[in-house]
Amino acid sequence: MGKKFDVLTKIENSPNNLIKGLQAIQASEGYVSDEAIEAVGEYFNISPVEVEGVLTFYSQFKRVKPGKYKIAVCDGTACHIKGSPLIQEWVKNELKVNVGETTADGLFSLESVACLGCCSLAPVMSINGRVYGKLDRKAPQKS
Amino acid sequence: MSKNILKIRVGMASCGIAAGATKILEMLQAKNACVIEETGCIGHCYAEPMVEVVYDDNSSQYYANLKAEDKYIDSILSGGDLGKFDIHEGRKSKELLRVLRLAGKIDPKSFEDYCANGGYVALKNALAMEPDAVVNEVKLSGLRGRGGGGFSTGMKWSFLAAKKNAEQKILICNADEGDPGAFMDRSLMESVPHQMLEGMLIAAYATGATKLFIYCRAEYPLAIKHLKIAIDQIYEHNLNNLNGRNVEIIIKEGAGAFVCGEETALIHSLEGKRGTPRFRPPFPTDSGYFGYPTMINNVETFGNVPIILKDGAAAFASVGTENSKGTKLFALAGDLKYPGLVEIPMGTTLAEIVFDIGGADRNEVKAVQTGGPSGGCIPVELFDTPVDYDSLKTLGAIMGSGGMIVIGKDRCMVETARYFLDFTHRESCGKCTFCRVGTKRMFEILTRITEGKGTPEDLPFLKDLALKIKKGSLCGLGQTAPNPVLATMQYFMNEYEDHVIRKTCTALKCKDLVKLQLDQSKCVKCRLCIKNCPVGAISDDFVIDPEKCTKCNSCMDMCPKKAISCVAKNEN
Repeated sequence: MGKKFDVLTKIENSPNNLIKGLQAIQASEGYVSDEAIEAVGEYFNISPVEVEGVLTFYSQFKRVKPGKYKIAVCDGTACHIKGSPLIQEWVKNELKVNVGETTADGLFSLESVACLGCCSLAPVMSINGRVYGKLDRKAPQKS
Repeated sequence: MSKNILKIRVGMASCGIAAGATKILEMLQAKNACVIEETGCIGHCYAEPMVEVVYDDNSSQYYANLKAEDKYIDSILSGGDLGKFDIHEGRKSKELLRVLRLAGKIDPKSFEDYCANGGYVALKNALAMEPDAVVNEVKLSGLRGRGGGGFSTGMKWSFLAAKKNAEQKILICNADEGDPGAFMDRSLMESVPHQMLEGMLIAAYATGATKLFIYCRAEYPLAIKHLKIAIDQIYEHNLNNLNGRNVEIIIKEGAGAFVCGEETALIHSLEGKRGTPRFRPPFPTDSGYFGYPTMINNVETFGNVPIILKDGAAAFASVGTENSKGTKLFALAGDLKYPGLVEIPMGTTLAEIVFDIGGADRNEVKAVQTGGPSGGCIPVELFDTPVDYDSLKTLGAIMGSGGMIVIGKDRCMVETARYFLDFTHRESCGKCTFCRVGTKRMFEILTRITEGKGTPEDLPFLKDLALKIKKGSLCGLGQTAPNPVLATMQYFMNEYEDHVIRKTCTALKCKDLVKLQLDQSKCVKCRLCIKNCPVGAISDDFVIDPEKCTKCNSCMDMCPKKAISCVAKNEN
């Protein structure tokens, strides 16, 4: 295993830690590359196909390198009825990027998430983990 | 002023931080005037950021909707009127704080604070009893699973306790709060992490479990942080030693899959596998995590346990209805004045929750959605229904974990149903054909209807499919996924008919059935709409081209004169 995936060595290599391992990789790399899948498989002694099977099951894992600013627009129930589809549309138009993609300059990536748990501030979005609430047309432009 | 400030508590739960509490905290600290404490959430999310000033005569005053400006800080410190906040009467008289008693009153990171307020008394009481007597006490209390299932907690405990010869027993706290629109568990974990942990320790003692897992959403970093601190404190004070038997508490972060709220799926996920459910029996209490007897309870369920062991089963059961005892937390959101977290006795009516506590306008509410994507909506005509497990079920909804979304008159119910199916069809794990394919087909039909391409024949077909998915699915996700459609069809059939027969959306929410119109008489020609239109659909003489317009409503929001409005497409 290359030095690149050293984070794995801090985790006990029993198969029930597979998700934890993938989370560690994602935390350090920002996403899970093909190379990382091989490394994880080798470390936990699971075939790469099985690793990919597990990782694609969970929406948390990214297979595409995210941008410097990770924008997540919440589409939970409360946000939805408060107009989050519009927010998403505005961000998309503003940055010329689709959900699940990163802008060409690698600056912004956009994702839609089920619920950030701040329903009373709906509609909300988060940029690099910081939550912005009670959004309107002007807010996404400013931030 | 005759009284002096003893300390100031700043609400620093996720909602507070999102609203800007960090800045307020820093500004107060910089003043160096008195003790500043960080605390959790008191549930008034609409009023964040908020602080509570405690005076030396034991009285206190809330300040809310604060801004990071000196005049607000000065007002707080001098007892001024700016930002003064009192809990409205409707809520004060209806809520009953038991589980949330300490939320927003103590520092979530302080072990001493929790203990000084009656914490770990229940554990001490439990340890003085025989384990079976503890199980019995929980049974007597009538506590039912707060995650939505409503199964008797005491019964579940007795199943695990009965496995006397097991090599190892596992206890899991389900903190994978996946219902969009629900945040009760997050608040409880962030604000009073020890309460849930105390409940888990009591359960471990009563059932003989030695390995305790908390399966928490990765989206709740603050809750995880507070839990980790609390667990370290438990080890430090040796509270994990239950009359000579040591237990281990492990936090596992979920990875974002709604289906993992289902018991068997959650166990698979803990084992590091794809989170697919399996057929029951065997039930987890017979064979769960790697084959060991396993029991799963929800965060709020564990949060209730210390109350039972501290005050006794009879005191616990003194509030509630015949078959639903105690209190329930609800996360109120949607079209109402006071969104937030409330705790009310079981049996409180929907009207009391939505109107008195939530402050929703009686003339503006159409329905309330309970139980998230697995639940159903209840129309305003039935709001005198008391909230408990059984009465909501008879209406085609469920109590669920406690998410409650108020839906205003200007929302489209077909669109709302479509939204839930969009969620469930994507979250279906793919194991059962009816759930995997059926929910997708339902979603497609609903999409077609909202686009004005539906036919009257779609409606009976949709219903038939819904009933078959309920029958043909293994787990709770598939069995309940059609509920939002069935409930909206039961109560709001007229809206479905509007879409398929008259091709209109009364609420003007379905994009393909509306158009935007610019009222030239109101227009001041400021060109803000033209500047903000992403597709260049507005001409220089201020006419909106319906072919180009994507109905993103940017222009409507930007127009200072409200000259642009949304009207039905087939209206001239």
